[in-house]
Amino acid sequence: MIETRGLTKTYRGGRPAVDGLDLAVPRGSVFGFLGPNGSGKTTTIRMLMGLIEPTAGTARVLGQPMPGAVRQVLPRVGALIEGPALYGFLSGRDNLRRFDAADPAADPRTRSERVGRALDRVGLAAAAGKKARAYSLGMKQRLGLAAALLQPRELLVLDEPTNGLDPQGMREIRALVRELAADGTTVFLSSHLLDEIEQVCTHAAVMARGRLVTQGPVAGLTAAVLGPGGHGRLAVTTPDPADAVRVLKEHGLTGLRADGDRVTGELPEAPPDGPAPPDPAELNAALVRAGVRVRAFGTQRPSLEDAFVRLTGEGFDVAG
Amino acid sequence: MLRADLLRSEIATTFRRWRTLVLLAVLAGVPVLVGVAVRIQTGRHAGGGGGPAFLAGIAGNGLFLVFTALAVTLPVFLPMAVGVVAGDALAGEAHTGTLRYLLVAPAGRTRLLCAKLVTVVAFCLAGTLVVALSALATGALLFPLGKVTLLSGTSISFGEGLLRALAIAGVVALSLLGVAALGLFVSTLTDSGVAAMATTVGLVLTAQILDGIPQLQAIQPYLFPHYWLSFADLLRDPVYLDGILRNLGLQALYAAVFGSAAWARFTTRDITA
Ligand SMILES: Nc1ncnc2c1ncn2[C@@H]1O[C@H](COP(=O)(O)OP(=O)(O)OP(=O)(O)O)[C@@H](O)[C@H]1O
Ligand SMILES: [Mg+2]
Repeated sequence: MIETRGLTKTYRGGRPAVDGLDLAVPRGSVFGFLGPNGSGKTTTIRMLMGLIEPTAGTARVLGQPMPGAVRQVLPRVGALIEGPALYGFLSGRDNLRRFDAADPAADPRTRSERVGRALDRVGLAAAAGKKARAYSLGMKQRLGLAAALLQPRELLVLDEPTNGLDPQGMREIRALVRELAADGTTVFLSSHLLDEIEQVCTHAAVMARGRLVTQGPVAGLTAAVLGPGGHGRLAVTTPDPADAVRVLKEHGLTGLRADGDRVTGELPEAPPDGPAPPDPAELNAALVRAGVRVRAFGTQRPSLEDAFVRLTGEGFDVAG
Repeated sequence: MLRADLLRSEIATTFRRWRTLVLLAVLAGVPVLVGVAVRIQTGRHAGGGGGPAFLAGIAGNGLFLVFTALAVTLPVFLPMAVGVVAGDALAGEAHTGTLRYLLVAPAGRTRLLCAKLVTVVAFCLAGTLVVALSALATGALLFPLGKVTLLSGTSISFGEGLLRALAIAGVVALSLLGVAALGLFVSTLTDSGVAAMATTVGLVLTAQILDGIPQLQAIQPYLFPHYWLSFADLLRDPVYLDGILRNLGLQALYAAVFGSAAWARFTTRDITA
């Protein structure tokens, strides 16, 4: 769906904003594109949409070269790039009509109907007649999304689509993305909200300082990145933390920590030819047998956030 | 595909903006001011006379207000208004970010540039017509109408005078093509609408000033305002076409040079705003 080879962009007089990117977005996937601020996500998206010329390398979208095949490719692609941009002096509806009129492949006879449907889809029908200047941030974001949904698309490219949305808005967008994906639309989505990516994406890629750090199915990503010990932690809530730590240690758990009434530890890795790792159910039974009173018991999957921080570093400062 | 959706949308969007309407309102106000001033003047000392070529004629024939108003607005007001609209055409969209959404729609860079150019030319025509019609209405209201005495002394009927006024409006509108293309080119250079408008208007004023400095005679025939006022030759009998053709030729040259430059720039530039 999207394929880049050595894609590189150097803005005038700087270090490369995107450096030798080899990205492969499979058809039908919901692809999360992650990276700290300034890591080159928007720059990549601009190159994919033919807005800027790569300094080196190639990009193919829907199987055709960009920016060469802009006219054939872009009518089948909906995009939200670095936030919405609207004509403040036009109503929401007229904004959509204008963007639709710019698409030579759009049928003017169905315009009103398609605009109305797009407005409905993002929950803006009631505010459609209001001047866009008077829209709130989240309303602008929704209108930007509506513009991407004016036609049935094969590919949606969404740069931080839930930026500025209220919790309902975010849930709706997630539901919308799932719905579109179920209809066969490939969705390429950049976001900083990792649990959002974890919830909706099938695949993900992580950028740092313009380079691709990893890409692949989300399920495999965390395990691959965090490696051994990345299988999850056991968490027990108990009024007897000291006893709990002792019992769990006997059963081979490592990295045990007691924090108030909460005890966590890493489940041991199964050696290829050794004994099977302890079953959490057995551990629970052992705790109870030893007289440890258990209030809550469970395993925590490592989050994508853990993987992301591991990959891109803890530092808060933006790379210059 | 020969679909004019984008062009229609472009024109509608431009002419629905407050800014465009204010510019047109100002242009419509100029002939009213001139007309009222002349009316007051002639009231004071009847017959007056003496002023610029057409000014004297207004009191006798309201149609002369059309010629006067066009002669007054062509040097500054009209090109400034065109400079604002042309300068903002692409830079303004880049500034608000709507340019990237038009381009991913995909409007097509050449197609969008053509739509912008046609819209600016439509504004040249609209601005000129607004001045002419406002002048005609004011002239008819404040002064008598009738036979037109040409600059060469012969008289023509009011109907033919009206036709000549229409021809003059056409020539004036075409005189603005150079500014239109220049403004559009400047508009492709920056992501700030205000900067592009200011630069274009600045260039118009600079060209006007240079055109007025006698020591610069060598370059003056190449300045776009140089032959602007030659439209008055349409009020001679027989019509004296030399200056008018030179003017139109120069405007075509500017349109070709800056139109190509705008195309070369806009079709290759990175859209980062
Ligand atoms: N127009 C520009 N001119 C020069 N440098 C730029 C330009 N746009 C971006 N950059 C630089 O390119 C790098 C990547 O920026 P980009 O906008 O692609 O990051 P991003 O991953 O989208 O960040 P964010 O998460 O903040 O949106 C940054 O170092 C930035 O400073
Ligand atoms: Mg970005």
